[in-house]
Amino acid sequence: MSAEPLPTRREEDFRYADLTALAGVWPVAVEAIVVAAGQSAALSVVNTGDAPVARELSVTLAAGAKFALHVLNAGSAYGRIAVRAELGAGAEFTLGAAQLGGGGQVLELITNVSHAAPDAVSRQVVRSVVGGQATANYLGKVHVAPGANGTDGSQSVRAMLLDRTATANARPELEIHADDVKCAHGCAVGELDRNGLFYLQSRGLTPPEAKRLMLQAFIAEAFTGAADEATLQDAALKALGDLL
Amino acid sequence: MLKIDNLSATVANKPILKGLSLTINAGEIHAIMGPNGAGKSTLGYTLGGRPGYEVTGGSVEFDGQDLLALEPHERAAAGLFLGFQYPVEIPGVSFVQFLREAANAQRKVRGEAPLSGGEFLKLAREQAALLRMDMDMLKRPVNVGFSGGEKKRAEMVQMGILGPKLAILDETDSGLDIDALRVCGEGINTIMRRPDKAVLLITHYQRLLDYVQPDFVHVLAGGRIVKTGGPELAHQLEEHGYEAVAA
Ligand SMILES: Nc1ncnc2c1ncn2[C@@H]1O[C@H](COP(=O)(O)OP(=O)(O)O)[C@@H](O)[C@H]1O
Ligand SMILES: [Mg+2]
Repeated sequence: MSAEPLPTRREEDFRYADLTALAGVWPVAVEAIVVAAGQSAALSVVNTGDAPVARELSVTLAAGAKFALHVLNAGSAYGRIAVRAELGAGAEFTLGAAQLGGGGQVLELITNVSHAAPDAVSRQVVRSVVGGQATANYLGKVHVAPGANGTDGSQSVRAMLLDRTATANARPELEIHADDVKCAHGCAVGELDRNGLFYLQSRGLTPPEAKRLMLQAFIAEAFTGAADEATLQDAALKALGDLL
Repeated sequence: MLKIDNLSATVANKPILKGLSLTINAGEIHAIMGPNGAGKSTLGYTLGGRPGYEVTGGSVEFDGQDLLALEPHERAAAGLFLGFQYPVEIPGVSFVQFLREAANAQRKVRGEAPLSGGEFLKLAREQAALLRMDMDMLKRPVNVGFSGGEKKRAEMVQMGILGPKLAILDETDSGLDIDALRVCGEGINTIMRRPDKAVLLITHYQRLLDYVQPDFVHVLAGGRIVKTGGPELAHQLEEHGYEAVAA
């Protein structure tokens, strides 16, 4: 149908991708989202099906525009959400995402946030929980263009491995070409606290209940403040239940 | 209620409990005292079923059941409560949510109807009041930012809410000031001093025993009970030390 070639692993944004699954949904149409000056918009992407999914969003925020994107990437097959965002002066981009998987699937979130003008804010909170043979990836670039002074960008990326056979790749990257910039990124991969699990079990919770309670708290931050927070939390809770 | 017979256990392949025997009947309060590193917490954790604490010999019968065959949550549902020496912080999980789920998980195993939100809150409020703990603290994440004394008080509130048959309280008195010690002592008496319940207090000091009078005092040293007596034994230990009394 299309001549656009399937990407290879040599391309940075596809280095951990499931290319076999991607081939089935390739090429991926770009979904353009434009938010006009001073306007606000929001989108929630919930992927909990059993077919491979790849989406590519291109977000353009004019001066003072706001966009909140929330992602629950928890399907049982390959799930890829790629987001490119270009921020005008004083624009605000928020991403809150949770990736949950326990089979053999690859779940990934690729972001490329460009602070093209001064005083824009970007906040990214990404929480991944993987068990079994599953892989969760986050590849996130924040680019601050020359002259984009007053930029405020943050990436908080955490992953929890439920089994030693699961994998999490997290690569937050900053590329800064302006002065007077406030950028922070944190990245951690860990396991559930065993002392905490025993404590909860000693009060009567079964092991899956204890894990679910701790994981629910772990991912909660991804959806805090979303307009449809309760719906997202419920969907995430259900996905967690299936995982444990 | 609890019959520990010749129990041996290892931690990280190191033998800690070496043939410990102890019987606790309903209606009794027992105290275990002993020097640091004697294996007191190991006894509590082994009875609670903590991973890493491996039973290498002996048996434990709890209310007619083989306690050691049960998972930690099944032990809780059977009526065992372990008050931790170092209560664990669980970020992001509120006491209220956790305890309601825990209480209902226990009730489910016992075939009892779950507590509604309203019923649970009423129970939680009563028990918090008994321990003079502000109900707002139970809306906070489990033990996060609590002082040592607040954590111990929160353990007693949990005990009150869960209503166990047997409570093993590991150094509940450490970290408590004089007033909190009295409140916790009275709480233990109110919640647990009943003909159908029993308590095993693990402590270093006589002072908690001034509030919660034990029927029996045991000295744990070298992984087994080396001496048993009445309340007067605790006074002797306080006065003369473990070595002199238990030698
Ligand atoms: N997780 C552990 N790994 C290795 N050794 C341990 C561990 N926990 C306890 N021990 C050892 O077991 C012994 C008994 O400890 P514990 O039961 O905590 O004593 P107590 O509570 O009487 O002070 C000590 O020698 C201690 O060092
Ligand atoms: Mg101890």
